Amino acid sequence: MYRILAKTTLTPVTTEYLIEAPEVAHQAKAGQFVVLRVHEQGERIPLTIADYDREAGTITVVAQEIGSSTLRLKSLEVGDSLASFTGPLGRPTEIEPDGTVILVGGGLGIAPIYPICRTLREAGNHVIAIIGARSGDLLFWEDKMRDVTDELIVVTDDGSYARKALVTEPLKELLDSGRKIDRVWGIGPAIMMKFVALTTKSYGVDTLVSLNSIMVDGTGMCGACRVAVGGRTFFACVDGPEFDGHQVDWDLLLSRQRFYVQEEQRALELYQQSLQQAEPEETSRS
Amino acid sequence: MTNRKPNQIPRQPMPAQPAEERRENFDEVAQGYTLEMAVSEAMRCLQCRNPRCIEGCPVQVRIPEFIQALRDNDMWEAVELLKDKNTLPAICGRVCPQESQCEAECIVGLRGEPVAIGRLERFVADWEQQEGVREPKPVTPREERVAVIGSGPASLTAAGDLAKMGYQVEILEALHEPGGVLVYGIPEFRLPKAVVAAEINYLEKLGVEIRLNVVIGKLYTLRELQEKYDAVFLGTGAGLPIMMNIPGENLNGVYSANELLTRVNLMKAFQFPEWDTPVRVGSKVAVVGAGNVAMDAARSSLRLGADEVHIVYRRSRKEVPARLEEVEHAEEEGIIFDFLTNPIEVLGNEEGVVSGLRCIRMELGEPDESGRQSPIPIKGSEFEMEMDTVIMALGTRPNPLVFSDAEGLERSRRGTVIADMDTGRTTLERVWAGGDIVTGSATVISAMGAGRVAASDIDAYLGGEEGQAWRIERATASA
Repeated sequence: MYRILAKTTLTPVTTEYLIEAPEVAHQAKAGQFVVLRVHEQGERIPLTIADYDREAGTITVVAQEIGSSTLRLKSLEVGDSLASFTGPLGRPTEIEPDGTVILVGGGLGIAPIYPICRTLREAGNHVIAIIGARSGDLLFWEDKMRDVTDELIVVTDDGSYARKALVTEPLKELLDSGRKIDRVWGIGPAIMMKFVALTTKSYGVDTLVSLNSIMVDGTGMCGACRVAVGGRTFFACVDGPEFDGHQVDWDLLLSRQRFYVQEEQRALELYQQSLQQAEPEETSRS
Repeated sequence: MTNRKPNQIPRQPMPAQPAEERRENFDEVAQGYTLEMAVSEAMRCLQCRNPRCIEGCPVQVRIPEFIQALRDNDMWEAVELLKDKNTLPAICGRVCPQESQCEAECIVGLRGEPVAIGRLERFVADWEQQEGVREPKPVTPREERVAVIGSGPASLTAAGDLAKMGYQVEILEALHEPGGVLVYGIPEFRLPKAVVAAEINYLEKLGVEIRLNVVIGKLYTLRELQEKYDAVFLGTGAGLPIMMNIPGENLNGVYSANELLTRVNLMKAFQFPEWDTPVRVGSKVAVVGAGNVAMDAARSSLRLGADEVHIVYRRSRKEVPARLEEVEHAEEEGIIFDFLTNPIEVLGNEEGVVSGLRCIRMELGEPDESGRQSPIPIKGSEFEMEMDTVIMALGTRPNPLVFSDAEGLERSRRGTVIADMDTGRTTLERVWAGGDIVTGSATVISAMGAGRVAASDIDAYLGGEEGQAWRIERATASA
């Protein structure tokens, strides 16, 4: 079960995985996430669903290699199986028909906005997407995104590819253009989502963000993923992951995301050491 | 020794790891009787003709009979007698609150200490696990399929009973390990996971199919299961943590007991970095609440390296809901109890991490609806305690996830499922429920009792007229 059917390197730090999970694929909707474990001693990693194919029975996830768990995931080969794969979790994106919407995807956030764009467009919306990354080599899925959007704007922070801008700049231009924008989604690093929400606030445009707080079980059991929205506490895993971006306590989210940085660093160093120790053995064998 | 009258033999103490040693490790605290101790303890039983201990047991274990078999050194007979009523004896022997159940009714206890029934139960169950559990007797299979949602004590009992009756039983578990609260909640030092795994292994031998990573309410809904199976048992427990809703509760370093225990027990964070999931506990820890979960959280914190661990409880020692042995063990290990103390704010530093707990002293007033004296704050008694970690162990409610698309399933204001106590039937046709999802957080054994009641009623239903009517309906629908 949960076999990796395909694995594609998207950028030097991002990998796309096609996972065999027919039951999950059957129920999955845009905006939801899965929790997977790479190996028996592994942690539960929440990843937003980047695509699903009900007929083929597959789920696509995209992971960024930022720590030991995602590096270990990357070390798996096509044909290998994950230790566990649970989903679909969280509430799906609420899709309203017939409007003009803007979806902002930053870095890894490009992956989750893809199925949301597709679903919104199928529901009759005019879909504008803004995708961005720090530099051109970190950008992915530009062609795929073009297929599910009516307008696509591409930016990089350093201008090494496409337009040199932060994602909030074209967003502001669109809001200033006088076009009627019904809703905005911002998905990406917390700091980017915070600025997307800040940008749209003065225009009074509804803005949804997908909160990626630390999770353990992902089913509402532990409360590790607590977020404050509009002064109330919610569990991102079951009440979200999407929330009203104008109401989110961003400082709390950023602070809670950092709590385990030391442990994550230590695990990463140990994993890298274990790889180095494994290498000489392999050379001696050959 | 055998010449002494039964009630003159002293109750055999439970061998345990010394407190100063065990506070450093996650190995089991209580180490179990030797055969000699067990036989000696068994001799204390009066073999009452009208045994009251059985009435004190939620599943009516045949207590005097299994103790007699133990005395006769007929161990397999003792095993059979014990397991006749209790599918999970190695677990119950460890976690049941015997002092308020079977042992509270024991006649020997009237004039001294009661027979250590729980410890004998554990001895017999452990003996069986060591000997190698015998293959279950083959049963005549029945065609009806039963879905059991969740794999905690209520579900495991219902599944075991139904499988023994020949039903096709599937357990649907949301997490990646079966066992529910037995694996994510109760720590290794109180209930080794190998013991739970052995009990679950036995269920699989009985033919129960266990499907992991299946979240009901998300992957399938209750309504879909109701259509697909002949009967559904809902035993998902009470997994949603209750928080206090006081300022500062979202600071880093504030955990629900569920989060701390899930990280430690299910995810094995105490073995980080060999296991990937970390847990961070500071040097000064406050656990709010005084139930079994609070004791587990406090004692786990100590083992994770905390220097000072407090139980902060708004009532007095008398009202502590935890099992007596857990409180004693916690005290021996150096846990500090702050009674009549209630937190009003969690204090944090500029990095958003817990730095202290602001509390108020309480006094006991008139009895409340629970019959216990209600705690009342003493004006002007606020004070601060320096803390790095605060763990909220205030109880849990049923996780509402399972109720999406479950229209017609009536629930109480507290979110618990309404089910008939004598049958486990809910307001949804062919859906039964039992355990914490019905009662709110209670004990392993009461959940097992409810699982047993439901299994028996499912059998009565499917074997009776209603089951026949359902079979006709199902056949018509599929035709």
